Amino acid sequence: MADPMRIRANMAGDKVEVRVLMSHEMETGQRKDASGAIVPAHFIQTVTVTHAGKTVLSAQWGTSISKNPFMHFRFKGGKPGDKVTISWVDNKGDRRTDEVVIGGG
Amino acid sequence: MHRSRREFLQSGSGAGVLALAAAAGLVRPGEAFAQQWNKAAFDTKSVADTLKALGGSGSTESAQIQITAPDIAENGAVVPITIESGLARTQTIAILIEKNPNTLSADFEIPAGTDPFITTRVKMAETSNIYAVVQADGKYFHAVKEIKVTLGGCGG
Repeated sequence: MADPMRIRANMAGDKVEVRVLMSHEMETGQRKDASGAIVPAHFIQTVTVTHAGKTVLSAQWGTSISKNPFMHFRFKGGKPGDKVTISWVDNKGDRRTDEVVIGGG
Repeated sequence: MHRSRREFLQSGSGAGVLALAAAAGLVRPGEAFAQQWNKAAFDTKSVADTLKALGGSGSTESAQIQITAPDIAENGAVVPITIESGLARTQTIAILIEKNPNTLSADFEIPAGTDPFITTRVKMAETSNIYAVVQADGKYFHAVKEIKVTLGGCGG
């Protein structure tokens, strides 16, 4: 299981501002190791963010998202104390889900 | 003749299973996007092919789409990119990097209520144009920005 995500969700006016830092190698499958063998691709393919049972952002990623992916976005309809849940699934079927409570402005 | 008939029957039954799954509520429309990784789109190697794989037949350049990124990236492995769309009913925002081995980097689905704004970090193999492709009200629009890379991000 991968390391937990670091998530911050805070009110900014009437919107919730979310910043996520995930812990993942995001290996492209194009790099070679010291012996010249290709390092197999290992990367997050799908990300889903939900709030109160509703998807507020979903994403599909290729191998060119940087190692330890970062994402920043805003959505309406949240309030302090609500939970934001973020999940990802990678190309090997590994997955991770973390949640955070929305903080005040 | 027999062969094509057989294939037709097989593909027909496959679609039937999917329809059944959808009817039974196993595949909810909102989840289908996140769960089915669009391999065809991520395998494309040109901007035109990517657009086609995403379902667009053409795209119009739009000044309503803002790409915020450095002009020169010293480290191609970590290039911060922000895309903001001023287009009404923005549905998806995709990031395309023209000269990377695979053009499509990311495709974000923006539901109603979420700002048409996204920041992430991408890898760039070399100096290239970045395309922000936005689907708004069913049509495709884009903006372009060139980013110079002094050190490539894909190693090798």
